[in-house]
Parts: sequence; C-alpha cells; structure tokens
Amino acid sequence: MNDRDLPAGLTTLDRPNSYIGRSVPRPNLERLTQGRGQYVSDVSLPRMVHAVFVRSPHAHARIKQIEAGAAKRVPGVIAVVTGAELVKVCTPWVGVLTHLKGLKSAPQHAIAVERACWQGEAVVAVVARSRALAEDAAELTEVAYEELPAVTDAETALDKTTPVIHPDLGDNLTFERTLDAGDVDKALKESDAVVETTFVFGRHTGVTNEPRAVVADWNEGAQRLTVHHGTQAPHMMQNIFGKHLGLAEHQVRVITDDVGGSFGIKVHVYADEMATVALSKLLKRPVKYVADRIESFVTDIHARDHRIKARLGVTNDGRITAFEIDDLTGIGPYSVYPRTSGIEANQIVNLVGGPYACPNYRARARVVFQNKNVMCQYRAVGHPIATAVTEGLVDLAAAQIGMDPVALRRKNLIADDAYPFGSASGLKFEKLSHHASLDKLIAMMDYERLRREQETLRARRIHRGIGFAAFIEVTNPSAAFYGVGGARISSQDGATVRLDAQGAVICHTGVTEQGQGAEAVIAQVVATSFGVPIERVRVITGDTDNTPYGGGTWASRAAGIGGEAAWQAGKALRANVLAVAASILQAEPKALDIRNAAVVDADTGRERIGLDEVARIAYFRPDTLPPGFQAELMATRHYVPRAWPFAFTNGIQASHLEVDLDTGFVTLLDHWVVEDCGTVINPQLVDEQIRGGVVQGIGAALFEHCLYDAQGQLLNGNMADYLVPMAEMPDIQVGHVVTPTADSELGAKGAGEAGTAGAPGAVMNAVNDALRPLGARPITQMPITPGVVLASLGKV
Amino acid sequence: MSAHEITLTVNGEEVREAVDARTTLVDFLRDTLGLTGSHVGCEHGVCGTCSVRLDGVVVRGCLTLAVQCDGHKVETIEGASDSGALADLQETFRTRNALQCGYCTPAMLLTAAELLARGDVPSRAAIREYLSGNYCRCTGYHAIVDAVEAVARARAGATS
Repeated sequence: MNDRDLPAGLTTLDRPNSYIGRSVPRPNLERLTQGRGQYVSDVSLPRMVHAVFVRSPHAHARIKQIEAGAAKRVPGVIAVVTGAELVKVCTPWVGVLTHLKGLKSAPQHAIAVERACWQGEAVVAVVARSRALAEDAAELTEVAYEELPAVTDAETALDKTTPVIHPDLGDNLTFERTLDAGDVDKALKESDAVVETTFVFGRHTGVTNEPRAVVADWNEGAQRLTVHHGTQAPHMMQNIFGKHLGLAEHQVRVITDDVGGSFGIKVHVYADEMATVALSKLLKRPVKYVADRIESFVTDIHARDHRIKARLGVTNDGRITAFEIDDLTGIGPYSVYPRTSGIEANQIVNLVGGPYACPNYRARARVVFQNKNVMCQYRAVGHPIATAVTEGLVDLAAAQIGMDPVALRRKNLIADDAYPFGSASGLKFEKLSHHASLDKLIAMMDYERLRREQETLRARRIHRGIGFAAFIEVTNPSAAFYGVGGARISSQDGATVRLDAQGAVICHTGVTEQGQGAEAVIAQVVATSFGVPIERVRVITGDTDNTPYGGGTWASRAAGIGGEAAWQAGKALRANVLAVAASILQAEPKALDIRNAAVVDADTGRERIGLDEVARIAYFRPDTLPPGFQAELMATRHYVPRAWPFAFTNGIQASHLEVDLDTGFVTLLDHWVVEDCGTVINPQLVDEQIRGGVVQGIGAALFEHCLYDAQGQLLNGNMADYLVPMAEMPDIQVGHVVTPTADSELGAKGAGEAGTAGAPGAVMNAVNDALRPLGARPITQMPITPGVVLASLGKV
Repeated sequence: MSAHEITLTVNGEEVREAVDARTTLVDFLRDTLGLTGSHVGCEHGVCGTCSVRLDGVVVRGCLTLAVQCDGHKVETIEGASDSGALADLQETFRTRNALQCGYCTPAMLLTAAELLARGDVPSRAAIREYLSGNYCRCTGYHAIVDAVEAVARARAGATS
C-alpha cells in the first residue's frame, strides 16, 4: 500500500474511517431481501409493448417465405417485423478485433435476413400489447424454410468436403494462433517421460437466474433513446446502440439497475436485444423483451467447447521440461460482437503452463465456424480450460514418474522470489505467490492426514480422491485487451464524488453492480480516502447519463480499476473540501484533515468544523468566503493500469471427493482455495466471489453441458435437462495470501474469476486420484458424469 | 381467452380481478398487481425463483394458475417483509452476504423460513436438501447455508 498522500503518522488502515480490509455489508442488500429490487424484467413504461421472436427450428436454413397475415390480424398485435424490414433501422455488425490477426467473421443482423445459421436465431419479431398475445400471434406466423447442410462437428469443419457457412470468407476458419517458445522438441527428447492425452470440454452456458432483458424507449419528440438493459457494460452498449441505429452517443442513455446474474453472459451484443431497440425506434414507443428459459439456452452465449490434444515432458526427478497443446474450438456461425469469439482460445494459448517456470511451450489454437449457438466470453474466459489442461497433465506426469502431485508442483511452480517474471507465452507477472499459496493450502487441508485417511478408507472400499489445481488469473486489463483491437470498450474507469448540502458524499462510478458487491467496495474506498463513516457515502452506478465514462464489470476489473479511480477521487475531494475549510478557518489546508465527517486538526484530531457546516457555507453563503475563492465540492478522477498490460493474480485449489464405483456418482466432500488478489478491500465479498466462482467451476466439472445432436439441435435446452449445481455443494474454505500490485495505490487486483478458473481442474484431478489405484483410464473430459466415471472403470 | 373473475387475499388485502385461465400466479402477481418481488426464472417449475406462499405453504408461482387461487390466501415477499416475520432471516442474509444478484433471494427466504418454522436446528445437510429446489447461481450456497443455520441457532437460543 502506498501511503504517500496520507496525513503524517497514519497509514490507510489506521485512518479513523478506514474500511479497507473490513467486511462491511453491501448497502443494497436490504432492498433485495425485501423484494424491492428493480430488475429490467420488472420495468414497465407507459405505452410499452412486448416483443417475442419466431426462431429458426433448423441449424441452417434458407428463409423462403414468411406469412404473417394471420398474426397481424390478432387483436392487440402491433407489428410483425422481418429481418429485411428491420435492417432499414439497424445496420449489421461484424465481430472482429484487429489485434487478433486474421480473425474473420460475417455480418450479423438483428433478425436473420434470408438465412438462419443456428437453431434459435430470430427470424421474425412479433410485437403486441402483452407478451401472451405476442406469443399467440407468433404461433400463427408461418415461415417456410429450405434446410441447408449443417456444419456441427468442429473436427471436420475445415475439411474440403465440408460446406463453407459463409462462402465470402473462403473457409470455416475464424481464427488461428500458433506459438513456439524455447525448444519443445529438444526438451521432449531429453525428458524421461512424456505424458500425452486429449482433453474434451463440454459446451456450457451461464444460466443467469434472470434471463436477458431489455426495455427500449425511443422518444421521437426528444430524439433520444433510453434503454433499460441488464448489461455489464452500459457505456459499451451506448456506443453500439448509437452506432447501429444511426444515433450520436449523446442521444442514447443506457440504464442498468439490478441485474439478476451476469457472469460474462451479459457483456455481449445479442441480436434479439438489438432488434428490440430497433423495434422501439421503428414503432416510436417502449418495447420490452425478456428471454424465456428456452430462448436463453439457445441464444445466451455458450462457452468452453474445446478439444485439446496436449503433451508434457518431465524428468525422473520431477522437472517439467515442456508443454504442448493443440486446441480446436467451434464457436457457432458468427464471432460475437464486439469482444469476438477468438478470445477464449487466445487465452488458453496464453495461460497453459502459466504457473510453472518452464520455458519450452508450443501451442496451436484453431477457432472454427459451425451451425450451433454462438460461443463467447463467460466467467474466467479460457482459464478453467487452460488450468485443467495444465494441471491434468501435471497429475498424469506425477503418476507416471511416481511422485506426489504436491511435490511435483513445488518443484516447478515459479519461485516466489523470481519476479518480475516472463512466461513462455509472453505474459509478464509483476509478483505472484504460488509457493506461499501452496504452503497455506496444504496447512489448511491437513494434506498428510487426508492422505492417510484416504489409504485407510481404501481398505474399506471407500474411494476418495484429492486433486489440486494451481492457477493464474488475468485481471485489471489495460487497453491491450480490447481497445488496441479497435473495440470501443473502455479499459479506463472514472469516479466522480461530490459533497452534498448536508455533508454526505455521493459517488458516481463507471463500474457496475452485478451482485458482486462493487457498490460496497466503492463506498468503502471513498469513505476511507475522503474520511467519512460509510453510511454517509451513496454510490450511483449503471447510468450513462450520470456516471463517468467507464468499462463496467468484466475481467475482474471493478475493484482494481474502478476502486482506484474512486480512491483518487475521494482524495481529490478531500483536498478541495480542506481548501474550503482552510479558507473558513483561516488555517493551512495541510494542517487539517477530514475524519469521521468533520474537519479536524491533523495533529491533534480536534474537531474544527463539521462537513455539514462546510457544505452550508459553500453552497448557501459563498458570499462569506474570501474574494476570489471558489469552492469546488465535486471531483472526478480516472484510472487505468499503465505499468502492466494486465494484473495477474494466482492461487491454488484442492478438491476432496468420493466416487461410488457402482453408480459412478461423485460426492464432493471438501473444497479449499488459497488465492492472492492483492489488497483485500472486503474479505467477505472476496470470499463469496471465490465460493460462487468455485461452484460455477464445479458445474462445469460435473454437470453442465449443452448437448447437441449431429443436426445442430440442442437436446437439453431447459432447466430440467440441463443440470446446474444445486444446494448440495460442499462447504468451501478460502484462505488468502496478499501481494498488492504496485501499479495502484490501493493495490487491489480482482477476485471475480479465480474460483471458476481452478475448480474444474481440481475436481477432475480428484476423481482421477480416487480411481487411479483401480487401473481406471484417466478421465480427461468434462462434465464428468456418472457415465464417464463408469466408462473409465470399464464398466460400461 | 375467456376471463375469470377471482377473489383472493394477497398480503392481507382482498383482491378481485379478471384473469385469463392460462395466467400463472406469478404473472398475475407481477403484471396485474405489480408485486415484482416474486421473480420468474425458468417458467417450468425447476429453479424456484417464483416461490410464494399459498395458504401458508410455499408453492411454485409458475406452476400455479391464478384461477386456482380463487378464495385462497397468497403471501409474497413484500407481505412477508412488511409483517416483520422474516426480519431476522433478512438481516442475517445481509450481514452474511448470503445473496449477490438477489434474484433468487425472495424465494430462498420464503423456503428457508418454511424450514425454520419447524422449530429445530437443522443440520447443514438438511438445510442444503431443503433449499435444493431453489437455484442460486451466484453464491455457491455456502453463505446461504451459514445464514439459515445461524438464524436457526439464534431462534433456538432465544426460546430455550
């Protein structure tokens, strides 16, 4: 922590109103526990109508004819609109970034024009006075299709005999990246053992409890568009709504109140949401669209559908010599706008082998088009896959050379005193704590006792496993993530703080609240840096008319970037208020401080004047201030990381579980996490981010899977057939090592994705640890269903 | 669609409305009465976010039709909050951060309250089993179980 602007004798943690490192409850929870939230699905406006969509039942089909006459005649139906009609209001988009060289995609429309490219793509919009009426009319809309060959298997998507989904692009290759660092061939040749396998990760999705929702309100008289939108990135959406509807950004206001779960699902441009906004412009009245659960499964972005062939070399004394991967992923028919669908594979290439000091690494990743729902960035983008591949290989190697998996990790994890460190893939680590984290984890879980217990229970035919997963996590991205590729996605964020007329502090921030606790963290930071009890800070988020320009919430950036901006803004306002107080008191500003909502003598802490009185004089009796002195009771600061393109956090997880050899069921017993997110602003919120993230990772490991057939039909697109973790999860113990980043004064790095990054690998390794003595074939696919377990045992 | 006139008590107030036979209870509460504290998650009875009390028993608002509630008593999170009956649970959920996005929370609270109304201190496993029909995608459930357990203990301590 940098204390350079703090009063002498006080560190940040000593300040009377320091909330850094304290588990302060979130200010918005009473509202939510009483059902007084304001989610977009709750929004209702005068003259509002409801949109529903007729969607393609085919994975790939030409739209021959749309017969909407009967639908239009239903009383209460306002409009039935096709893609060809809507393109006059909303231009198509192409999801590419220039820094992902060679990445290509085709124009995507708000509603399909001439052709539908996945099962679930919207083909016709029906707008009516109620959703039920609109659904009635949708059923009367007849669409004649000519089915086209569907490209569904990523393995054959690049074959010469496979149809090209977008003929203008020449082939079905979206993006390819290769990397070759060190000398992999030589390293493998000199290894005592090379383990080699293929990992298969099941496509899954976010399943936010509140489906995607948007209420668009084009006001023809004001020539302004207001969009109530359940999004993570209001300013990004403001830009995109304006760009594709032909409006200046200042004509567009995006309001984001409560959001019922995001996890990366709600940070993308969705065709049906663009269509809803365009329909409002077309019809000159508010239009609401809320996805139903079936629509969510076929249109919310999917993620993680990767097949990775992987190799690792190791010497008999446990030195890892090389990693090699070949990744293939199918991302649907379009690269998603504007973040693209190349990032997940790119991250996997970046992150494989990341915790280890191994200079030899070769990777290839190919991203291909297919006629399935689109894939894009979901919580911990690429990390769960890279971690599971890396840690799966490490455990296979440990078994191969007969070494304890902890000992093998200890021998190869980047040393805690080796920083700054450059990884084989080119990542730059400021400072990580792999060994301190591992040591802490081993102590927390009482590893030796668990191993003894495992042996004892095995004799009683109880088969338990222990699995580890060390990980790194990208946080606090600079413009290197999206901005340099041409996307108007802000990496900087701003905070404005002002003193109200009674001496309370209002903070407007560009980061958004998705339930992770950003409002609490911002309030803690401002209360601390300005000097008031947290009850006197009110945080305003999610409104492009009323917050500084910012990126919103993604890549675990809210605390690290938004928090630092708020920290600096609070300090700036303190200086401004002290200047006013000094002029009232005829004192030197440096001799004063703000503590507990009063201006005090910095040395003695004696109260000189209350903030309410400072505000009263500045706002209502400025005539009593010295001539030429102008009080400035509002201050804005912005922040973006500059010294490092990304912050990296690190940590390690362990899973303890039991496998039933007869049924294949896995029972999770314990889960431990030690992670290092730098400065911990609110320990409770960090722990709950970790726990929630772990359970989403467990979902990937054991349950969640979007099952498609060979024709591109999603077979389990409902909540009864698509399994998510239910309450029967293990307790999750969380520990911390604290290595702040020196790039900011706060030193916070971010914690939103660490849990999800490590959990799948830890669970997979634990299952294999349980089954290994039985001679089972190592499991390298997810989700690990009972059928997968029984197959590995040779029972089915 | 033919409309049916129904009379029911919602949060202690008598309500008389005409509803379509197909209108679900949760849509009726949200769209007709403006009680948006009950949420819609899956509309096929799996996720539990629409849970409300019907004659004191927690039911799925998406699997119950409004016409079925004619002559019955419905209580939603708004009514249960205003009565103060959930105050200790709500406060413990707040201090334990047993909610993140809050979308599942009203239903989770009603379900937890039903479990706690039995009067004993359930085991963590029993709490998890009772709540397993209410999906939470944010918390991983640990904090929710902590909060429910803490309230059970506090209530037991207060009565013993």
